[in-house]
Amino acid sequence: MSKIVESVLSNYPNASRDSLIPILQDVQELDGFLSKDSVEAIGKYLRLPTSKIYGVATFYNQFRFSPVGQYHIEICRGTACHVKGSLPVLEEFQRQLNINPGETSKDGIFSLEVVACIGACGLAPAITINGEVYANVDIDDIKKIVKSYRRKVSENA
Amino acid sequence: MYTIEVNNRHIQTKDGETILNACNRAGIKVPTLCHIEGLFPTGACRMCVVEVEGMDGLVPSCAWPVKEGMKVNTFSPKALKARKTIIELLLADHPDDCLYCVRNGDCELQGLAEELGVRQRRYSGKKSQYDIDSSSSAIFRDPAKCILCGKCVRVCEEIQGVSSIDFIERGCKTEIGTAFREGLNVSSCVNCGQCVIVCPTGALREKSNLKVVIDAINDPEKIVIAQHAPSISVTLGEEFGIKPGRDVVGIMTSALRKLGFDRVFDTSFSADLTILEEGSELVHRIKNGGVLPMMTSCSPGWIKFVEEFYPEYIPNLSSCKSPQNMLGAVIKSYYAEKENLDKKKIFNVGIMPCSAKKFEAERPEMNVDGLRDIDAVLTTRELARLIKMYGMSLHDMEPEIADNPFAERSSAGKLFGATGGVMEAAVRTAYYLLTGKELEGPKIKDLRGLDGLKVVYLQIGDLKIGVAAASGLGNAKKLLKEIKNGRNDIHFIEVMTCPGGCINGGGQPQAVNIDDVKARMKALYTIDRDAEIRTSHGNKYIQKLYKDYLGEPLSEKSHKILHTHYKKRDVLL
Ligand code: SF4
Ligand code: SF4
Ligand code: SF4
Ligand code: FES
Repeated sequence: MSKIVESVLSNYPNASRDSLIPILQDVQELDGFLSKDSVEAIGKYLRLPTSKIYGVATFYNQFRFSPVGQYHIEICRGTACHVKGSLPVLEEFQRQLNINPGETSKDGIFSLEVVACIGACGLAPAITINGEVYANVDIDDIKKIVKSYRRKVSENA
Repeated sequence: MYTIEVNNRHIQTKDGETILNACNRAGIKVPTLCHIEGLFPTGACRMCVVEVEGMDGLVPSCAWPVKEGMKVNTFSPKALKARKTIIELLLADHPDDCLYCVRNGDCELQGLAEELGVRQRRYSGKKSQYDIDSSSSAIFRDPAKCILCGKCVRVCEEIQGVSSIDFIERGCKTEIGTAFREGLNVSSCVNCGQCVIVCPTGALREKSNLKVVIDAINDPEKIVIAQHAPSISVTLGEEFGIKPGRDVVGIMTSALRKLGFDRVFDTSFSADLTILEEGSELVHRIKNGGVLPMMTSCSPGWIKFVEEFYPEYIPNLSSCKSPQNMLGAVIKSYYAEKENLDKKKIFNVGIMPCSAKKFEAERPEMNVDGLRDIDAVLTTRELARLIKMYGMSLHDMEPEIADNPFAERSSAGKLFGATGGVMEAAVRTAYYLLTGKELEGPKIKDLRGLDGLKVVYLQIGDLKIGVAAASGLGNAKKLLKEIKNGRNDIHFIEVMTCPGGCINGGGQPQAVNIDDVKARMKALYTIDRDAEIRTSHGNKYIQKLYKDYLGEPLSEKSHKILHTHYKKRDVLL
């Protein structure tokens, strides 16, 4: 069992299934995602099959099952952004990166996530990459944005 | 006891039973999609809705208890309309694949669409896209055809205690899947096929081996040998409209020959062989302080279950291969040598009640001198498909007998098809091995019947032993827990993965009810009652096999050909 899971579980003595979601949240908070090992350990602890935990975790949008990439892209899908076309933005990122929300690209560089309103409605559609906000994203710019990050990676390499 | 009125007919009901149960017992059919006999209702599909006088809405009959004087209408216009709408909605996100579907003709969804007169597409929308999972050697999943009734999930969890699948995602993306969407092949799935048995649609099926078998039959170089498991002859008929429980062994043998199998053998023969090896192993363990309780090893789902969930009990498993693999191995050694056949050209086909047998056949340990014991496995359903494909039917055939030397079987071997049967056969022979005398009145009543867990204590000579038979892995799990907690009055445990045993195996005809399973069971008991040879050690060909080839049970040769080993498996549980 990883240290992180161990320490989280130690906060839930004699836990029952009701504690599943808070435990998952705590582990994700500290580990960044829910690994197979974490889910297995949590399952043993709560006497729940991993399929059940995975089922519960996939029911909610907040959980991810791979570590975030070097650059973590969050697409705001709040109402204002939706109205201003955040769906095509999301789809374009999916196309460019070949991953779905909640996933990480094979090379580990990018991960994608859908988030509820980030409070930047005036800048809709808005996204953040490692916390840096991009305002009024135009789908034609997305290729360029992705490229600029790839360049950064190869320059640092 | 209450009296209720259903469709203007008075029927007697039991206290606390559901409207659906009461109707079923009275022969009144109410359609269901998510109901599983004996399990707590979930009320997920609403197919079973009926109208109850004095109630506003329709009620789901599978989850609604009867009440004195209740007046029920099972086919009121309102109920029929609701059912039809449900089907129409399900079809809105369902591929129009009936013509290409394995369940075409016996699909419950298709059947209901037909019965309810669905004639036009009333709802249409974008169909969801799902990935097929063909990774398993036993089970094939096509989630596009899934109607999310949840039966597979419940059987896997509540009956089998495995829980390798569950609902994942949410809303219109909901589907049935494994943890982390792994392929079933690397999941905890034990390949039992009980999910397939309950699935109302073509979303779950066995991995088909028909093509490899047909290719082998048509390959002039190959000697293709069929063996049929003890339970097949009492279930195959159902696929041809014959009522459950009729033994069709003769016509099945004849059909197998007509299909082009070069030899037809009876796996019940090697069930007898298993009893001699396993019985001797038990006696050896008892006399030499070996690991007890010993546990049977003929059910491959159970074996994988132990390897995954209870690896600490691997030493308790009998080292005997299953009857299927024993016969496969004997064919590719003794028989090939005796008949001067090229072992490499032999293609062994197991006709099995079981999807897990497909997995067992592929286990790398299951070989003799590097040659696979079994080359392909067909389920009862696949055999029926093959017979139909060749334009044959069971109705116009003369019975024939299987080929020697593996045609002769005792009825003890035949009992392997039902829960408790292996134990009954084993006790008959163990008694003989330990006392030199035959058990008087070979029938052991307390080991019979569909109970999921049966325990019997026996006095054999000066030895008092406890034996148990569990079927359905959930029941086996319960027993293992007791043993873990120190229960020590049981020396030998038979486990069959499927509830009721092979007669209700994952490869058997689908959409059956408990009465059908009982009829299958009774058929095996009748065969035993009427048989001349009722003990495995009484089988002359078994005696000959030992004399000519193996020497004696547990000999070096036996060990090489008939025994195997198991290993702990790391999967997500
Ligand atoms: S599952 Fe049933 S309804 Fe669906 S395609 Fe197959 S036969 Fe047709
Ligand atoms: S085959 Fe058995 S173990 Fe595997 S998913 Fe189906 S019910 Fe569960
Ligand atoms: S796979 Fe079959 S049994 Fe399982 S939920 Fe879907 S339709 Fe029901
Ligand atoms: S059978 Fe009653 S709700 Fe599904």
